[in-house]
Amino acid sequence: MKLYPTIGLEIHAELLTKSKVFCTCSAEFGGEPNSRCCPVCSGLPGTLPVLNKKAVEYIVKAGCVLNCDISRFTKWDRKNYFYPDLPKAYQISQMPRPVCLGGYVDIVSEGEPKRIRINRIHLEEDAGKLVHEDSTRQTLADYNRCGIPLIEIVTEPDFHSAADVTAFVEKIRLLLQYAGVCDGKMEQGSLRCDVNISLAEKDAKELGTRAEIKNINSVRAIGRAIEYEIYRQTELIESGERVVQETRRYTDSTGETVAMRSKEDAQDYRYFPDPDIPPIVFTEEELEQIQNDIPEMPESRRERYINQYGIAPNETESILNNKAVCFFFEEAVKYYNNPKSIASFILVELMRRINTGEADMEKLPFRPKDLARLVEIMDSDKINKSFGKNILCTMLETGKAPDAVCDEENLWIKEDLGQAEQVIDRILADNPAVVEQYRNGEAKVFGFLMGQANRQLKGVAAPGVVKGILERKLKEK
Amino acid sequence: MDMKRATVSMLRRALDEKQVSARELCEECFKAIDKDEDKIGAFITLTREEAIKNAERAQKRIDEGKSGFLTGIPLAIKDNICTDGIKTTCASRMLESFIPPYDAHVAEKLKEQDFVLIGKTNMDEFAMGGATQTSYFKRTHNPVNTDCVPGGSSGGSAAAVAAGFVPAALGSDTGGSIRQPAAFCGVTGLKPTYGRVSRYGLVAFGSSLDQIGPIANSVKDCGEILNVIAGQDSRDATSSDIRETDFNRNAEKPVKGLKIAIPKEFYGEAVDEEVKTAVMNAAKELEKQGAVLVSCEMPSLKYGIPAYYLIACAEAASNLSRYDGIKYGLRGEGKNYREMILDSRNKGFGDEVKRRILLGNYALSSGYFDAYYRKACALRQKIIAEYNAIFEKSDVILTPTAPSVAYKIGSQDSDPVKMYTADILTVPVNIAGLPALSLPCGENEKGMPIGMSITGRRFDEATVLQAGRAYEMR
Repeated sequence: MKLYPTIGLEIHAELLTKSKVFCTCSAEFGGEPNSRCCPVCSGLPGTLPVLNKKAVEYIVKAGCVLNCDISRFTKWDRKNYFYPDLPKAYQISQMPRPVCLGGYVDIVSEGEPKRIRINRIHLEEDAGKLVHEDSTRQTLADYNRCGIPLIEIVTEPDFHSAADVTAFVEKIRLLLQYAGVCDGKMEQGSLRCDVNISLAEKDAKELGTRAEIKNINSVRAIGRAIEYEIYRQTELIESGERVVQETRRYTDSTGETVAMRSKEDAQDYRYFPDPDIPPIVFTEEELEQIQNDIPEMPESRRERYINQYGIAPNETESILNNKAVCFFFEEAVKYYNNPKSIASFILVELMRRINTGEADMEKLPFRPKDLARLVEIMDSDKINKSFGKNILCTMLETGKAPDAVCDEENLWIKEDLGQAEQVIDRILADNPAVVEQYRNGEAKVFGFLMGQANRQLKGVAAPGVVKGILERKLKEK
Repeated sequence: MDMKRATVSMLRRALDEKQVSARELCEECFKAIDKDEDKIGAFITLTREEAIKNAERAQKRIDEGKSGFLTGIPLAIKDNICTDGIKTTCASRMLESFIPPYDAHVAEKLKEQDFVLIGKTNMDEFAMGGATQTSYFKRTHNPVNTDCVPGGSSGGSAAAVAAGFVPAALGSDTGGSIRQPAAFCGVTGLKPTYGRVSRYGLVAFGSSLDQIGPIANSVKDCGEILNVIAGQDSRDATSSDIRETDFNRNAEKPVKGLKIAIPKEFYGEAVDEEVKTAVMNAAKELEKQGAVLVSCEMPSLKYGIPAYYLIACAEAASNLSRYDGIKYGLRGEGKNYREMILDSRNKGFGDEVKRRILLGNYALSSGYFDAYYRKACALRQKIIAEYNAIFEKSDVILTPTAPSVAYKIGSQDSDPVKMYTADILTVPVNIAGLPALSLPCGENEKGMPIGMSITGRRFDEATVLQAGRAYEMR
């Protein structure tokens, strides 16, 4: 008997609004504990929530890029439960009338295209954070995160492997980033994932008993948690035991999941419509306006890069897989219209430094315009191409513009043809055997001579010029 | 100056004409309080020192000729309305030491006028009750007869006005909590349309029903105070942008031709004869002035009480969940979070509050939601529809405010259901979010006041006040 996993996800994504969803506090990540809260988000008596229109706009955008239907009528409900990180003892969420219903995301998992269906997306508020101090055996509450707008994306159980899930999470993260609604930083908790997983024989009429794994904070961890859970449930079933319906916590250090609470502890949330927040009725014009405001998605950029810019498909993917790189690239292209050249410089030189941690894509000290200029002067033979990466390093260190770096370090090619002629004459004189080989038809040795010449003529003559002189002289003799 | 029955309008004139200073008025209030408060128990907190300071500040403004309607006027505020830096307890042990760091919207509005806060008034705990007997701190007595209840839950505010401690006060009304104590104490109270006054800073009880309003000695004062506190507030999404230039704009207009509905169910068996007679006499008085009485029906009135108590308690159960002993309010003891929160809520809440939290959570529980909460919401729609039908043929509705006059303290403590049913005449107004005014229309043989209620269309306080004023000036 072969057991077949079935997996569904609940993804929580914090929205990038400036202020919280029901008050005017900053929604930025971090901050001194309890420095970003007010009477409203800390649930003081008499205070009232007022819905942030931007958050509504953002969830509509998320719904659009995930191919959902946007409800024309949507309302908010209270989910009642006691927990110290929830100041009002209810979370404002959406039950029967979420903003988005239905939808799908197409992924490629292990080479196979798959369509994952979205059940719904709703808008709710995040809770605070509890910090357990072992030394004092105290628990401290930080309400900065309380009221940060959160969307919950609920998928259908359309996944059957860890690879399916990780491909989907990567894709969704990218789509939300491109839509400008979530920064997708799993390590900061702005994108969180709960996994529901069960095993059954393939083609079985009913799904097996599921376990829910909560709050896993990286794509890698999601994959590992699922692999472990498939292993654990398989072992249980094959040894004749039963899987218990429960919530489990994944521990990264051990790669294992452990039971948190069983279904018997499940709470009755006593949902009912929140009387403080009037329902929203969208007009077609409002929805159209929000939709028009969504930035271009990777799909359409991909087509442009490959067909119009002539960038290789693998390079295209490398650019698209990082929104910051993509936006930087497109901005740079505005200043120097050679996308291929810019793409390859970014992917080879800039990304190398990003990947080694020498530079941070989000905190580059120079503008796309500066990088465009650097590629331009490299392409135009105004400097020796091989100086490019040195100039980039200086720019990363100092934030200076490429022209200034070339000025200061005296890198401009001076075009001293007399000196070039002399140097080339000497090279030819020093390598009579090679010259002989060339004249006997061994064209490949030209590269050796060219290399010699360029090395000695750095900053004196452009490679094109050097090539011309060299060719002329080889013919002359 | 005798504060008893003094209207704000009269005091306004006296202040502006320098017959009295704001400080003298303020001292007058405290003199009355010092004399009678022991017998009445209208206040939880008195703000003596601040009051004198505020009176002097108000006096400067009066001297500069820049006074607003409430500048220098001593007022009391119900203790479920947040006042910056001043204890706001909701008459609960849970919030015994709670000092809000912010003002309710209405408190801000009054402060803009440089009013003089005299104190925070007693009430039923978290506004749950109709007699001001469930307060953790004290019972309030009816100034007309101190053996009787003042009504509730804004009993402290109504009693403070009736006793002559203040010329007016703010109360809140979720199911009659302004109108019924006004009727019991023989004063005038106005529950504005839901959405007319911002609820920001009003400690929530039934969020879809709560509304703040004035209790005063005249219909006109109620309109004037509403002029100050009404208006949209960005901090309350349910506050309306429908504007009113002057709620008293029709107050002096005759009621000739005004159609007054008399729904027969409001004059049924549950209502005492003496009450019915007094209200019908008032109807005749208005008829005499040219108004037209229109017979009508509200068949669903009998569902008003269950619908109201299910909705109000469901909302209250959720609203009061925040009192968990974590961030503010009473913190109980316990070895862990669960024990601590249980102890906090067990000690912090009184029996009536607990009863309603239980009822509300029951109505919302899975498996019961459809049978209770959802059905109550359907009844709410039915009641609204019946009001709409009445207002197609009439301008206002005239009913008794309460089925009886104020009863003896302690006589109904043991029977919560009987207490609930006494709200039958006031709750439909909250269910439908309508404006309603209660004003005195006589007294019974023992001298206990009888109140009548005038209910209007949504956002039509002006017509309600017009009818009330016409009767008041008879």
